[in-house]
Formats: sequence, structure tokens, C-alpha cells
Amino acid sequence: MSIKTPAKRVHGLGSAKEGVHHWWMQRLTALLLVPLTIWFVASLWYLFRASRAELIDWLSGPISCTLMILLILAGFYHAKLGMQVVIEDYVHSRLWHTWLQVKVTLGCAVLATACIVSVLKLALGG
Amino acid sequence: MDPSNRPLSPHLQVYRPQLTSMLSILHRLTGVFLTAGLLLLSYWLVSAAAGQSWYDCAQWFLTSWLGYALLLGFSYALFFHLCNGIRHLFWDLGLGFELRCAYVSGWLVVLASLGLTGLSWALGLLFGLGVW
Repeated sequence: MSIKTPAKRVHGLGSAKEGVHHWWMQRLTALLLVPLTIWFVASLWYLFRASRAELIDWLSGPISCTLMILLILAGFYHAKLGMQVVIEDYVHSRLWHTWLQVKVTLGCAVLATACIVSVLKLALGG
Repeated sequence: MDPSNRPLSPHLQVYRPQLTSMLSILHRLTGVFLTAGLLLLSYWLVSAAAGQSWYDCAQWFLTSWLGYALLLGFSYALFFHLCNGIRHLFWDLGLGFELRCAYVSGWLVVLASLGLTGLSWALGLLFGLGVW
């Protein structure tokens, strides 16, 4: 067992090579989500009582289809980055920590893919 | 040296609750809550793609009392996280760190998130009932 402090052990090794990537992506997705969420809430006024045919008609438009997919990508990415930090801060058991990180990361990937496939299916033919 | 034996700085429970700290905690809570909201969004989109009967089932759930309650909660969480997120983006630019400014922007976030939630539901119910 070493009597070195953790700070001494990492001194001189340089950065973890990830830099500000997490911070930067969280801000970029946040910036993208500002107009996207406002657009989505405004769309929900119309969509909330819409029939399936009306939803298909709406998603068939290139702008709403593009914005919807962007919302899904940015939303799930932003959620993944946020949940990652929450788990890092509050879950100290190593097993639980790893399990939850895997679950959040894969869960976001699976759900985002399912959402995009659904949007494309509706947009391209119902 | 075991890091866990070191003295820790005082934690949350010894501090008097303040607007700034409460909004910070609420930002995290709404973020986690909105992640759950993505599950509902996924359910809705996948149901719509799955077919008419699945879509009818999702619409039935969303327009039930439980559905309305969830949507009300998610809409407030969304507007709060949006407004406070914009406040955070200004901080990232190095703006608004003065104590007075942090309190003014904090109260603005409280008012704006409540106002936007009320406004969006008023307009939504108006549109939904076909009044427009």
C-alpha cells in the first residue's frame, strides 16, 4: 500500500484527455433544445387532440420531421449527460454506479433509436 | 491515505434554505423528472407508429386524469428547466454572478416558469376545445 496522497499519485500525469467535452456537449445540446422545446410545446397545442391521420400528416412535413428527430437526438443526449452527473454525484457503491451508468447510456440509445424509427415510419408512410 | 477519513466540508443540512440553493436543487430534480418524461414521449411516438389501436390506447391514457396530471407536471418541469437553463447559460458566459443579480434572475425564473405553464395550458385548452 502506498502512503502517497491521491493528488501526489496523479501529479505530472497530465489531463484525463477528455477535457471539457462533457461540459461543452451539455451546453451545445442545451442551446439547441431552447428553440426546439418551445417549438414542440407549441406543436402540442395542435397535436394533443390530433387523430393518428393528422399526426402522420404533420410528421410528413420535412420541417416538422427534421425538428422532431433533432429534438429526440438532443433531448436524449442531454438527458444522458445530466443523468450521468447525477449518478456520479450520489451513487457511491461501485456496482450500483456502473450498473446505473450502463442502464442510462444504453436506455437512452435504445429509446432514441426507437423514437427516430417511429417518426420516420410515420413520416414516410404511416 | 484513505480519502474517506479526511474532514468534509459542511453539507446541505447545516445551511439555511435560500432561493439560490433551492432553485439549484430544483434544476436537478426537474432534469431527472424530465428524463422520465422522455419515457412518456417514447411511449407516445412508438404507439403512434405501431398502429391505430395502440395510438388510441396512448391517447386514452394521456387524456385521462392521470395523463393530464403527468402532463401538467412535465410541462412545469420543462418550463422551469428551460428558464433556469437559460440562466445557467448566462452564467457560463460569465454574466449575472453578482448576488443581487442572481436573486433577481432567480425570481424571474420562478415567475416565468409559472407564467409559461399557465399560458401554455390556457392556449392548449383553447385550441383543444376548438375555440380558435
